[in-house]
Amino acid sequence: MKYQSQKIAYWFFALCMLLFSLQIVYGFIMGFARIGMDGLHDFIPFNTARAVHTNLLVVWLLAGFMGAAYYIIPEEAQREIVSVKWAYIQLISLAVVGVAAITGYHFNIWEGRKFLEIPRELDYLVVVNVLLFLGLILATLFKSKRQTTTAMVLTMGLVFAALLYLPGMIWFDSQVTDSFFRWWVVHLWVEGVWELIMGGILAFLLIKLTGVDREVIEKWLYVIVGLTFLSGILGTGHHYYYIGVNKIWLVVGGIFSALEPLAFLAMALFAVYMYRKGERNHPNKIALFWTVGASIVSFIGAGLLGFAHTLPQTNLYTHGTLVTAMHGHYAFWGAYVMIVLAIISYAMPNLTGRKRHDNTNGHLAFWLSNIGMLGMVTALGVAGVVQVYLERRLGMDFMVAQEEVKIHFVVMLLCATMFATGIGMYIYEFIKYGRPTDEALKVPAVEEDNKVLVH
Amino acid sequence: MLSKSQARAFFLGGTVVTFLIFIGLTIYSLAPSNDQTNHENITEQVVKGKHIWETNNCMGCHSIMGEGGYYAPELTKVIDRRGEPLIKAILQSPVPWAPNGRKMVAYEMSDEDAEAMIEYLKWIGEIDLNGFDRIVSPLARERMKD
Repeated sequence: MKYQSQKIAYWFFALCMLLFSLQIVYGFIMGFARIGMDGLHDFIPFNTARAVHTNLLVVWLLAGFMGAAYYIIPEEAQREIVSVKWAYIQLISLAVVGVAAITGYHFNIWEGRKFLEIPRELDYLVVVNVLLFLGLILATLFKSKRQTTTAMVLTMGLVFAALLYLPGMIWFDSQVTDSFFRWWVVHLWVEGVWELIMGGILAFLLIKLTGVDREVIEKWLYVIVGLTFLSGILGTGHHYYYIGVNKIWLVVGGIFSALEPLAFLAMALFAVYMYRKGERNHPNKIALFWTVGASIVSFIGAGLLGFAHTLPQTNLYTHGTLVTAMHGHYAFWGAYVMIVLAIISYAMPNLTGRKRHDNTNGHLAFWLSNIGMLGMVTALGVAGVVQVYLERRLGMDFMVAQEEVKIHFVVMLLCATMFATGIGMYIYEFIKYGRPTDEALKVPAVEEDNKVLVH
Repeated sequence: MLSKSQARAFFLGGTVVTFLIFIGLTIYSLAPSNDQTNHENITEQVVKGKHIWETNNCMGCHSIMGEGGYYAPELTKVIDRRGEPLIKAILQSPVPWAPNGRKMVAYEMSDEDAEAMIEYLKWIGEIDLNGFDRIVSPLARERMKD
């Protein structure tokens, strides 16, 4: 690493590892409940497990994005973060808000709005926390003489993410209006500004790992994030088909959400092309696997599987079924989890000075978690299609249809065990790296040793 | 070949134009003349029902208008399908309601709260969902055939 303040990133990444492990535990609780093994119902009913599972994902991904920013911004701006002390305060307050919210869910303290269950009082603390984070990042960039496109796109993503949190805090008497604006937060985050963050991290990693000229990579970064917003903003309409608003969304949402896979396709082609164009001599093979893997899996998970049920004619039957859960799992895994794991894999050797970046454990972690997740998604997909057919076509009762799909959750749990093993190995590697050291400041990053630059 | 400044113009221009269209469509679809929700029927009881719905995170298991946890039944038009007395009994049950072994939390609601929930579910049942109501409710589908 080049800058002392980049060490902050390590602690955000450590928080990610902790919360990710907990998220998997709650995922298992939900999986077992679905096959009738709900012995924890009195303490952790399904709605608690679900809220914890999804909110932990959001909190640890945000922690990952923030950690990525604390690692990337000093290198891009070529200066230290303006205040390390405030960055640690921000980290601790993020962890405290996250833990308080999740503890509250076990005592029926929540808002009960899908993905935005955090109680209103804690929402204000989230806003303060994010403002502090943005203040530190923007002040660092403002004081720097060097402003790069990669840093700008990453920061724009983080600023828009903060702004879009606000519509979700307004109370509406109508469930329809409430849902309408809830999607301003959820959809415009995951299918809009988070893609900007992903694009920024991806561009940084490709510049470092492939050695391709920054100007080439950043030019295509603009095209990709342009395609993201062009399709994603009006693509919000696919959440409005059947929630009680005007039919115009059937047309607008149908057309623009059908275009959404284009941004992910562009991202996959971009990463693979840059990898092939580069010199391919970077020794951090594990970071390269996660980086290129993220771009390909996000195209399949977010792009193709999203397209599979986004047209209004199909969505009429799949809306509110396990088909959505299938798409959700692979989309989040490919687009956001893998990119956070990629930046952690890239940063760890540089933060600690230890070169554990091409070992068997790391490769096994990649393949086990990816194959496990693919199996989980396939099981959920089969369960979803069977549910649609039995319930929506044959008119079978919800619980009778659920009995029929139980077996697919047994398969899902087996695949989830493989997935969890892979993630366990990733976390083991993270721990084995140890903490960041000042000695690492004296070790140049590998790409600087190689001096690769390809035009 | 595309230059970096052209790529930037595509990004910024595309974002501004689509966001403005999105705002325009939001205003259009939430205008009172395009209301499909019978907004005037949102009584104090309906609002109270929504509050109970949210503070107990019912959406964490059930779904409504297709949104929720997919673990327990869709509740759009549930009053039509099951009738008020059964829904009230489930909401007030002192033991977990467990059809086919899948347990619901025993909420033991008061008369007042259970009635507010029923009013809320009734209001939801009257919303024009662009055809989805006929898919999730066999009863509504039968009625359409008649």
